[in-house]
Amino acid sequence: MKIPYYPGCTLKTSAKNLEVSALESAKVLGVELVELPRWNCCGAVFSMATDDLIHQLAPIRNLIRVQEMNEKGIVENENRVVVLCSMCFNTLKRSNMFVKEDKERLEKINNFLSDTEEPYQGNIEVIHFLELLKNDIGFDRVAEKVKKPLKNLKIAPYYGCLLLRPEEIAIDNPQSPKVLENLLEALGATVVDTQFKTRCCGSYQTVNRKELVAELAYDILNQVKISGADCVVTSCPLCMFNLDTRQEEVKKAHPEFKTIPVFYFTQLMALAFDLGESFYRFDLNYVNPKPLLSEKIF
Amino acid sequence: MVLEDRKLLEKIKELSGIDLSVCMQCGICSGSCPAVDQMDITPRMMVRLIQLGREKEVLDSKAMWICLSCFTCYARCPREIDFAKLGEALRQVRLRKGLDYIRISEIPEEEFKKLPQIALVSCFRKFTS
Repeated sequence: MKIPYYPGCTLKTSAKNLEVSALESAKVLGVELVELPRWNCCGAVFSMATDDLIHQLAPIRNLIRVQEMNEKGIVENENRVVVLCSMCFNTLKRSNMFVKEDKERLEKINNFLSDTEEPYQGNIEVIHFLELLKNDIGFDRVAEKVKKPLKNLKIAPYYGCLLLRPEEIAIDNPQSPKVLENLLEALGATVVDTQFKTRCCGSYQTVNRKELVAELAYDILNQVKISGADCVVTSCPLCMFNLDTRQEEVKKAHPEFKTIPVFYFTQLMALAFDLGESFYRFDLNYVNPKPLLSEKIF
Repeated sequence: MVLEDRKLLEKIKELSGIDLSVCMQCGICSGSCPAVDQMDITPRMMVRLIQLGREKEVLDSKAMWICLSCFTCYARCPREIDFAKLGEALRQVRLRKGLDYIRISEIPEEEFKKLPQIALVSCFRKFTS
């Protein structure tokens, strides 16, 4: 199965561990995620002002790339695009809805693009990799591919905001999501429920108010520890940065704080599939997860 | 209320598509906000001040720059007011006058090297024009 895939900027740099682990795990499951040719940054946040069409161009251009992949036969009749990053997913999906729900908006955008691009037809569907795993592949099939069950690992799923809110784009029940839980169970792990799994990590405030983000991360990670989990799992490169790398700031504000590893869900999938170090890229995680893994799994 | 004072309310309505007159001041937005303790006026107060036409107090507040766009208030609002959109509209009123909230040149170089693109792009999109 071949399906178009939109990486987004950060997956090519600091979140390379998210990309390599996802692409290789997908292969194991018989899915080839085919990178969009000439993709561009989606803008990271959806522009919410009703009159702001210019900032919808970047996301919509990427959807035109998906159309072209079908026209050129790079993929066959596949009008979906898979996204790994939560922020890119939210932005692309909301932009898509924004132009689809109003023909005039779509027409204006297409008129603007007309010299250089094919018009966007409005037929592309944006999905998150977790949705592909759940709906197309199925967690039973994931479980079949597990070579090294994560059975001693107690994991707290962390969804953050943008996979679940606003409700119209949610990949799961926004109040009580289960998709990460079901995936982790398929990998043989023990899932630990925590109070703040859908609470915000502080997002873009990490640039100019890192102390605020450190406090939010401190609260979230403390809840994880109280619940008895060994580690946290996320799907978002910005949640990853705020919960993982910002532990350096958490320690400055709270010297008694002990660091706790944070993984991408795809890293744990690659690990359970026993794909090898080069597909885990734990070197890019700020808190080294190896001591925990050697204690619990190897 | 003088006509002048209604201007922000109308502008907000235009930019966000939100009708703030339906707010019944229950305060669940403020109670749900993970960053409310950093704000000078709470989300509920912000709505009330706009309803009252007290434009300057809202536009001079720092609350809209503290908003994380996490959509928790919107998820919980019984009147389905998308407060994140309201915050965006208020920021846009300032940003469209060229009044940037942050200066990129003031971010320490050490931080710049550490921050992922996703953080920088989203922050610049929210806080600069």
